[in-house]
Amino acid sequence: MISRLANPAQFMRVSGAVLPFLAGLAAVVLAVGLVWALVLAPPDYQQGESVRIMFIHVPAAWMALSVYLLMAVASAVALVWRHPLADVAAQAAAPIGAAFTFVCLATGSLWGRPMWGTWWVWDARLTSVLVLFFLYLGYIALVNAFDDASRGARAGALLAVVGVINLPIIKFSVDWWNTLHQPASVFRLGGPTIYISMLLPLLAMALGFALLFAALWLVRMRTALNERKLRALRLHRMAEPRSRPADAAPPGARPAVH
Amino acid sequence: MAALLDHYFAMGGYAVYVWPAYAIAVAVLGGVAVQSWWRYRASVRALERVQRQLEPKP
Amino acid sequence: MAGFVGLVRRDVRLALRQSGEIGLAIGFFVLAVALFPFGVGPEPELLRRIGAGIVWVAALLAAVSSIDRLFAADFADGGLDLMALSALPLEATVVAKCTAHWLTTGLPLTLVSPALAVLVDVPPRDMPVLVFSLLIGTPALSLVGAIGAALTLGARRPGILSALVVLPLCVPPLIFGAGAVEADLTGGGSSAQLLLLGAFSVAAAVLAPLAAAAALRAALD
Repeated sequence: MISRLANPAQFMRVSGAVLPFLAGLAAVVLAVGLVWALVLAPPDYQQGESVRIMFIHVPAAWMALSVYLLMAVASAVALVWRHPLADVAAQAAAPIGAAFTFVCLATGSLWGRPMWGTWWVWDARLTSVLVLFFLYLGYIALVNAFDDASRGARAGALLAVVGVINLPIIKFSVDWWNTLHQPASVFRLGGPTIYISMLLPLLAMALGFALLFAALWLVRMRTALNERKLRALRLHRMAEPRSRPADAAPPGARPAVH
Repeated sequence: MAALLDHYFAMGGYAVYVWPAYAIAVAVLGGVAVQSWWRYRASVRALERVQRQLEPKP
Repeated sequence: MAGFVGLVRRDVRLALRQSGEIGLAIGFFVLAVALFPFGVGPEPELLRRIGAGIVWVAALLAAVSSIDRLFAADFADGGLDLMALSALPLEATVVAKCTAHWLTTGLPLTLVSPALAVLVDVPPRDMPVLVFSLLIGTPALSLVGAIGAALTLGARRPGILSALVVLPLCVPPLIFGAGAVEADLTGGGSSAQLLLLGAFSVAAAVLAPLAAAAALRAALD
């Protein structure tokens, strides 16, 4: 299955067929999840209605981490097997992952204000996510910093693998730093005891986010493959012999390319 | 009814935190979705245009 | 081995001859530390509280600020291609260049750090821990920095880009290094922090050359 999909032409065919269903499913699940999170879920007995922020904050955090892991796996595949789709997959995932990471940080700040009394606390979890956001930014900047796209792809793939090896070390060091510098009684985001009435909308939102990611991921991969094909066609056109009289004709009146 | 809605939108006093949180999530993720889609449409159109130019004349 | 030592000596000699190199790093370090009291105020209690952190952050920035030059000259004049073809594995070349970089930045920074620690009121009895933490921590900065330097070869704006790539990866040594001095300052033992810092440096010494050499191969392709 995977190896069949691995062929770009095959991928375009299958992803084109899957995409409408995926997008529709994502829209439905997100709509259900939003109503559940914003209306049906009960307020928390301690945090009141502010707990509703959790339904986007926590799934966004899950997505931030899992998209980075996915990117690293795709990058490793790209490095080891030089697979033509793996680079595309990693690069297409990065901006979406960065967006989820940003949402996690922004909602964490908004949730932290009533809980902690300040917009930002160097809480272990938030700090780790902040470093993860920097890793995403570094990756995106690096991939786009080269005139030669394949060079950017390989540099980015290496950085993603280095980043994922470093991630547990960063997480450990930040947790450790946090326990040394803060009293343990500080309320932690994502920390309330989860009841089933809250767990279900949380999982619905998480599923919605995952489906949204999958749909956007396919769209961005298809875009990248289209643009790659476009570049190849344009190069091909430029490489044609100049002496042909048809070259003087306006575009659109071009003869066939053999 | 209006009072009920007012009560709902007040979010138990947390309205200034809850609604912006959802608004940011919708704006950022929606923004990525719209940007992805536009760029996809543009790539499809550009590809169609180039391929039409490369087709043999009837 | 002879090739390795020769490479280290060549790079150190080059850095010494372009006399600016070492002086610039130290100057940056001094200035960065000296700016903090202007920013946060001159109260000795406050400076003593954050002094170790200031010195560590400034050392980190000074070590990383010039890191994009690590391979750039050899990449530009084709020397790197020759090194890739030589008998010395590219990983060993990376280690040699990191050693030279550390000898000309990390080590001088470590040696001048006590003078700077005085400026931010770090008590004399905590100096040994500060110096020791920089001594075992700065090699990790050179090694992790080498990954960023190799990845950004041939990129647009490699300086700022390599900093963006490297700095997030340098969070753990910063936490352990500054944490060691602070633990010493507040009377807790600093051995746990120093052990973790040392472990990070050892792991970096093993893994970073692999990653940097792979990045160099990608750049030379």
